[in-house]
Formats: sequence, structure tokens, C-alpha cells
Amino acid sequence: MSNIKENELILLAHGDGGLLTHQLLEKYFLPCFSNELLDELSDASVFSLQAGRIAVSTDSFVVDPIFFPGGDIGKLAVCGTVNDIAVSGATPLYLTASFILEEGFPLSDLARIVVSMSDTAGKAGVKIIAGDTKVVGRGQADKIFITTTGIGFLPPQVNLGYRRLKPGDKVLVNGCLGNHGLSILLQRETLGLDSEVESDCAPLNLIIEKLLKRYKHIKIIRDLTRGGLATNAKEIALAAGVDIWLDEEALPVDDSVRGATELLGLDPLYLANEGKFLVAVSADEAEDLLDYMKMDSLGEKTSLIGEIRAGSGNVYLKTALGGTRKINMLAGAPLPRIC
Amino acid sequence: MLNSTRDPALGQKIISKLPSLAEKAYRRLGRPPVLMEVCGTHTMAIAKSGMRSLMSGYLELRSGPGCPVCVTDQEDIDKMISLAGQQDVIIATFGDMLRVPGTGSSLEIERARGARVEIFYSPSDAVVFAAGHPEKEIVFLGVGFETTIPAVALSLDMVIAQNLRNFSILSSHKLVPPVMEALLDDQELKIDGFILPGHVCAITGRKAFDFISAKHHIPAVITGFEPVDLLESIYLLLQQIAGGDAQTINGYTRLVREEGNKKAREIMKKYFETTDGRWRGFGLVLQSGLALKKQYSFYDAANRFPLQVPASRPLKGCACGDILKGKLTSPQCPLFAKECTPLKPVGPCMVSSEGACAAYYQYEWSAK
Repeated sequence: MSNIKENELILLAHGDGGLLTHQLLEKYFLPCFSNELLDELSDASVFSLQAGRIAVSTDSFVVDPIFFPGGDIGKLAVCGTVNDIAVSGATPLYLTASFILEEGFPLSDLARIVVSMSDTAGKAGVKIIAGDTKVVGRGQADKIFITTTGIGFLPPQVNLGYRRLKPGDKVLVNGCLGNHGLSILLQRETLGLDSEVESDCAPLNLIIEKLLKRYKHIKIIRDLTRGGLATNAKEIALAAGVDIWLDEEALPVDDSVRGATELLGLDPLYLANEGKFLVAVSADEAEDLLDYMKMDSLGEKTSLIGEIRAGSGNVYLKTALGGTRKINMLAGAPLPRIC
Repeated sequence: MLNSTRDPALGQKIISKLPSLAEKAYRRLGRPPVLMEVCGTHTMAIAKSGMRSLMSGYLELRSGPGCPVCVTDQEDIDKMISLAGQQDVIIATFGDMLRVPGTGSSLEIERARGARVEIFYSPSDAVVFAAGHPEKEIVFLGVGFETTIPAVALSLDMVIAQNLRNFSILSSHKLVPPVMEALLDDQELKIDGFILPGHVCAITGRKAFDFISAKHHIPAVITGFEPVDLLESIYLLLQQIAGGDAQTINGYTRLVREEGNKKAREIMKKYFETTDGRWRGFGLVLQSGLALKKQYSFYDAANRFPLQVPASRPLKGCACGDILKGKLTSPQCPLFAKECTPLKPVGPCMVSSEGACAAYYQYEWSAK
């Protein structure tokens, strides 16, 4: 793709199904996404799956800005769907990707995004086996929107679910909270803050697969995307009819994130993550799991952050001062689009 | 690690000393002592640190008129919202104003209808933005106390130096000492001590708040923003209440001077003059507002865009006024967590991130 000219733009004709559409496919998408199923170029990709439980998930990505420290909309579109499949306990296999492009979108940006998607899919070990491209008039969409759908299979021994949560279970998180949400927020032209907080955007399927193979008493896994740890913990507590007690001093937050959030009056517990998950596990496996997760590059800062107690859907935070505060769901904040 | 308290051990040590002091204060007052903070950042620090849960039963902490968004008069909010609909106007605002409900709309709703509303962290960034958008009128919503007004005044320095003709300010700025006077003149008030806002006092100086103890015989302590700072102030206030003493103490000497920050006050005075200000819950408070001086009326959005909005009626059932005066706590408002939630706020106390009700809802309240 080295022959892309800087000033080449997406035209409405790129979406009309004619010659330009074909060029787009041949020059940009196929060389990057190539695999035996996609390369058939048929109307539908046909494949066989072993019998058993299948997981399907779909997600649309409209993040602004489309490039940010630590990632871009393409990487996010792959990670988001891969992670949704992975936290259900399934092994993601295939993705589809649909693109809505705004007329005038630079082809060089599209190329960067497609390469990034291909790299990320490669790292996650998933294939992009079907796709679509539409072009809309200038102003009818903002630069580029991507929808990905993923499919995966659940190994027979995996059994995750809220109903399995019991008082005494421990809660762990695989690293520092709030980086993605903050990195996007800091990119806004109007905020005027110089900070190099990087998004934590990463595919989590390989580490989750490892954990599920080794630990039989993992009860649930949840990725901490929109609404952050706070909102997700509250949703778990409500769905499972238990209380979750978190320990403020154990919650991992980067110093740079802490500094900027204090300045901006934000709470890192409510900021989105794109490479973080919460895992609840029976107490007897918790310490071993903690040590094991710390050995993975995506879990170096894993921390045991709290526990499940009998209750009725509350989340409490034990503060460093020894006080208690309640945690509720995020209720609208002046934040830009983050995913 | 996330840690709302830098030195938890020191904090716990201070907390352990509070019950016996509060007991002495109780004996003098015949009821548990009630302290009031007058700063949105204090409101949040108290809620986030879980401090209230450690003092329940022997001490009550209430919020006063310390959140600038919350004290903004309904009519002023309606004006801001009506400006958002005007041709070629871009509203520049701190994020907190976005979701504040006006009589029939909010900036957030106007944005959805096509108005352009940009959020800024600092007024000078809004000036840079104005320079980059010469074809648009940038109207900065001047909402804030002594802490933010100097930065807004400095932005006018920039505007004039760059000869920008498309930047104006809708000033709803307010001063804290006059509203404290109004609060203290209220005969129904039952506040036994004040936790004073450290950043405001850094501008005004300690002396500006001396009247609280000198004239009204209520102790007050100027306070920083770490939970340990707050705990030290609470300790100093209880000590005074228990001993029947009343002084305005500077508990934030690392930032606050006796005379305050003269330079900051000078730049405020360069562009603004005091005027009677309208506060939610308080009504008109003499000499508590700031308007742009006549010679700078070109930069006054109220002048550049003549705005007529219908006189606002008080929001039915909304107790924001009584909450801002410390007469009610958030859960005592009949609308709290029922008709009024952060998603559907009736009053601004529920929507500003520094609002008493928003803090209570987010950190202390839980759905049954």
C-alpha cells in the first residue's frame, strides 16, 4: 500500500459498487485482511464449527478522535468485539467488519486504520472473514464509523455466570483504571491539557483463555468499558443480587491518570477502559490467580480489589480514611465519544 | 493506587479525637454540632473520602452556596440557553453548565438541536479557539467565584492584545463574602461552624472572612482540599465550639495569606465592577455579583446580544434553595432520587459535579 498518495480522498463513487469500490477492496482491504475465507470473495463466508455453544457479539465504533495515544478506531473495533466474546468465556474465531466512510475521508487514514485492524486481529489470533463499505455524503457521518461482529465457541468446561457468585468470592482487576477514557478526553482541542496518557486498548482473549484453562472457580469476567469499574461493578451487583466491597487503597490507578482526573474533577472509577477486565473467583484460588495474572504482560499490575458479600445490589468502597462510600452508576457526563 | 487521602494514618488519628470534642460541643449546644462547607471541591472531597460515614451520629456536615453552577439564577441560565440558539454563536463553557436545566431546555438539549457548545477547561483556551474561528461569535459563560474570575479577566487581556472582535463574556460571576453575609443574616440558620473555601480565600485573603466570627460569633476555618486538611479544620471548629470560642482561622497557610492575592484582585477590578447579584435560593444579594465595566461593554455578551427571557418561576418542589442555605440536606428534598436524578435533574444541585445532591447521589445514596 506504499503507493497511496497523501491527498487521495474517499469519494461517493467509492461506495457505488463500481470500479472504485473494487479498487478500494483490492488496494486497501484485501491485502491486509487476507485469509482463505475472505479471499473466496463470495457473498457469504462459509465455514464449519464443532458442535457446542457459540458466542456472538456486535459493536459499533464512532470514537472521536479516530487516532489517539495507544490506538485508533480500527484497533478499538477489533479489541472491543474480541473482548466482549472473550469475557463471556468464549474463544473468538472470526470477525466481520462494516465501514461507513464520510465523503472526503483521506485514504491514507483509511490505510492506517486497516493496517491497525489487521495487526490487532493477528495478535488476537482472529480472522476478518466478511466486510462491507458504504460511503455517505460529507456531513452525514463523522469521518469513519466501524461495526464489527464476532463469533467464537465456548469450551465445554467454561461456565461463567452471575448466579455462581457467592459471598466470600474475591474480585481482581488486571491493571490500572481509566487510561482509555482519559486519553480520549485529553485529545480534545479545547481542554488545553498536555498529557501523554495512553489508551490501554488491547485484545484480552489470550490472557482470559489462559486463566479459564487453569482456574476452575472463576465465576465471572467482565470488561470494564463504558462507565468504568464503578458502573460495571454496580451492574454485576444488581444482576447477581450481591454486594461488592471494593478497597480504595487496592485500586490501581496510574499517577498521571490520578493527577489529571483530580485536576479535571473526574473519577477514574467511572472512566472507560479498553484493555481491563474484572474477574471474580472463589477465595481459595484468588491468591494463586493474582500471582499468575501478574506474570502476563496484560496483567502486570493486577490487584485484588475487593470481595463479594451477601447483599442486594450495592457496591461499597472502603476509603483509605476508613470510611465507606457507595458507588452508583455513571449518570451522564460531559465526555466526548469514547468508543 | 487510587487514594482519596494522602496520609490516611494522620487522618485516622484526627478522626479518633473528634467524638470527645463533639460531645463537649453537644453539651454546649444541646444538639449535635452542624458544620457547613462553602465550596464544591470540599463537597466532593467529603463525599469521596467517605468522611461523613465516620462521623454520623455525633456531627453533621452540610453544604452551603459553594458550587457556582448551583447558585446561578434560573433567569441567567435561561439567558445562556437562549444565546445558544443564535445564529453564528458558539457557546464556550466549563463542562458543568452543559446539563444544567433551564426553564424549558438545557445547553445539552440545544446542542442536540444544532447549537454549537464547546467545553473548555480554561478561559484562555476559549480565546485561542475564538482566534481560530473568526467567522463565529464566541460567548464565554462567566460562571464562578473569586477562584475563576481572575482567569476570565486575564482572557480579556489576551482578547484585547490580539484585537479579537468575536469574543464576549456573559458574566454571572459571584463573590463569596457577600453571600456569606446574607446567609448569616438569616435568623433560621443553625450552623455552628464554617469550613471556608481555600482557593477563594487565596484570592480574598483571610481578613475578608473575619466578619463571620467578629460580627456573628461563629467560628470559621479556611481549609485546603485534602481530606486531612478537612479533618484538621473540623477539629479546629469543634475545639472552638466546645470552648465557646469564635475565630476565623487560616488553616491553609500554605496557600492563603492575610491579605490574599492582590494581583488577582487587581485584574478582576480592571475589567469588572461589583453589582447586585441574583442567587438561586437567596434572591438578590447586594454587591455580590460582577458585571463588565462600561468601557469594556463591547466584550459584554449581555450588551452585544440583547436577551429577553421570560421571568422564571421557581421550579415546583425543587428544594435547591434550601439545600444551598443548609436548611435541608439532599435526601430531605421531596424530589431527591425520585423526580430529580442526575439523568433527569430538576435543579442544578443534582447535575453539577460539585453539587451537593449530585455528590450525595453518586457517593452516599443507594437505591433501596
